[in-house]
Amino acid sequence: MPSVTKRWIRRETKAKKFLLSEKLFKFAAAAAGAYVLAMILVMALQLGFESAPIWEEEGLGFIYGTDWNSVPGRESFGAFPYILGTLITSAIALALGFPLSIGIAMLVMIVPKKIGQPLGYLVELIEAVPSVVFGLWGLFVFRIYFRDLVEKPLHEAFGDSIYLFGGTPFGLDVLTASIILAIMIIPTISSISREVMMAVPQQQKEAAYMLGSTTFEMFRMAIFPYSKAGLLGASMLGLGRAVGETMAVTMLIGNSIGPAAIPQSLFHSSQTMPSIIANEFIEASPVGIHLPALIGVGLVLLAVGLTINVVAHFLVARMVKVNEGVVH
Amino acid sequence: MSFEERQQKRAQIRSMFRSNVRRRLLVDKIVIGVVVACALIAIIPLFWILGTAVYGGLPALSWAFLTEEPGAVGSGEISIGPAIQGTLIIIGLSSLIGLPIGVMGGVYLAEFGQGSRLAKQIRFYMDVFMQIPSIVIGIFAFLAVVLILGHFSVWAGAFALSLIMFPIVARSTEEAMRMVPWTYREAGAALGLSKAVVTMRVVLSHAKKGILTGILLSISRVGGETAPLIMTILGSSVFFEDLDTPMDALPLRIWRFSLQPYDEARMAGWGAALTLVLVIFAIHVGVRYFFLRDRSGKSLSETLRLRRHRG
Repeated sequence: MPSVTKRWIRRETKAKKFLLSEKLFKFAAAAAGAYVLAMILVMALQLGFESAPIWEEEGLGFIYGTDWNSVPGRESFGAFPYILGTLITSAIALALGFPLSIGIAMLVMIVPKKIGQPLGYLVELIEAVPSVVFGLWGLFVFRIYFRDLVEKPLHEAFGDSIYLFGGTPFGLDVLTASIILAIMIIPTISSISREVMMAVPQQQKEAAYMLGSTTFEMFRMAIFPYSKAGLLGASMLGLGRAVGETMAVTMLIGNSIGPAAIPQSLFHSSQTMPSIIANEFIEASPVGIHLPALIGVGLVLLAVGLTINVVAHFLVARMVKVNEGVVH
Repeated sequence: MSFEERQQKRAQIRSMFRSNVRRRLLVDKIVIGVVVACALIAIIPLFWILGTAVYGGLPALSWAFLTEEPGAVGSGEISIGPAIQGTLIIIGLSSLIGLPIGVMGGVYLAEFGQGSRLAKQIRFYMDVFMQIPSIVIGIFAFLAVVLILGHFSVWAGAFALSLIMFPIVARSTEEAMRMVPWTYREAGAALGLSKAVVTMRVVLSHAKKGILTGILLSISRVGGETAPLIMTILGSSVFFEDLDTPMDALPLRIWRFSLQPYDEARMAGWGAALTLVLVIFAIHVGVRYFFLRDRSGKSLSETLRLRRHRG
């Protein structure tokens, strides 16, 4: 064989190896990317399969039932109080946290960069504090002050007349947990809403200023109408966080079980979906339907969380996309 | 209209305008005051927590507290040695699983995902996965690892935390790699380098600051996670023995301390909380100082788009 051909063949194999390594690399990257799809799928399926016994036993009653009895022989499970508790605490947290977050986002936009940046950074540090430390602070410090300075006076003044302030102020209740939740979701909402409000085209703001508006009027005329969808998305992302928050709520909500966990007033102890899982998961015996019941709660939580986040994601993404299309 | 009437009318309008302006300026000032108050209200808890942690935790801190095993419950011997060790081990192990997947996922999104529909989907699901409640991830790790192996183990905890880690790392890797100009890749390709070599040697090395930032932030996030550890590594009061046995971790220990009715436990809880918060804040401030001396004026989460649940 002439040496030219040999060299040619060698070069050919080299090129093939080159292509192979290329393909392997691309495959590895794609596999790592697809990992997330596999994980979501497997997670949903596994939670579904493992909670199957409870759906067989209770059917849809698991969603609207209020019993929670894990004594063998008298087992009966309904997740309604916890779903309600989750929704109520998150809603209160959002109602308290959203205006505050918008305020912070506005302030950071108004003040000069030198003040705004450190301020934004401080707010972000709130996010870095672990949930369990929030819980510890709430349990040992905040709850005491809050009970004595806010809850008791409110209860004494309105306890008999207004339904919301009934019950015994003890500090471990819906309101305390909601307030801690509100603090915890502020960084999320404020950073996203600032991002969204920054995305409003400069011309809009300038036009508002040119008409002689004050800073607040500029926000009202130019920024808020333009960024409505994005702000809604930001608040929904905050809601999504509040729904999934575990430790701080577990430590502060009082952890009542069954029908007692339906919050009757702001000063009533309750239970959320994450907190009942955190409290009972380890003690649940895998033999009966207690564990499947908790996994079922997890499945509901996953469904609620995913729905909220998908909606929020589209709202925020639409806003940012609109901005990308604008010529600055 | 006579001249006087016109004058009168003009004066009237002028005064209306003046009073209107005064009102509007007043409203503006009030709103700014409210907005400042909002910021104060949000910041106060941060300093309150830090203050309490320092005040309550400093007396507890000692060499023995940080390095020894805790005694029996209520004995007054409180230490967090195993917890600190456990936190370090679980962070290391979950990084071992989560970082390669995360970085490679980011490489896929940035390098191969140009306009592909699959990449778009993957990016979307990564963002959604970041928001899945961490306790649900804990249940998943329990079902997928603990039930199959038959016992609580460090592996399960590391698996759970790696699931929390990898989307954060992937998305920040993607963002960092996108900032590397395309001309670098073209120059590499023109030299005859394969895509793998160009990506690994050229693009990744230029994006390493951003990637490292994402990694450090994901570590600081994972270090404070409690919920998924409850049903995976369970907690223990002795030093690490084996990857197949339960182990302790700082957040878990803080939670256990909070459940005990003793004063020492409370002090120890603050000591442990102070340790954890100091480490996490050190990572945050360090990242801020070394990597993000920002030119863009954007905040951390804006630059890297990192948002996640805690639990």
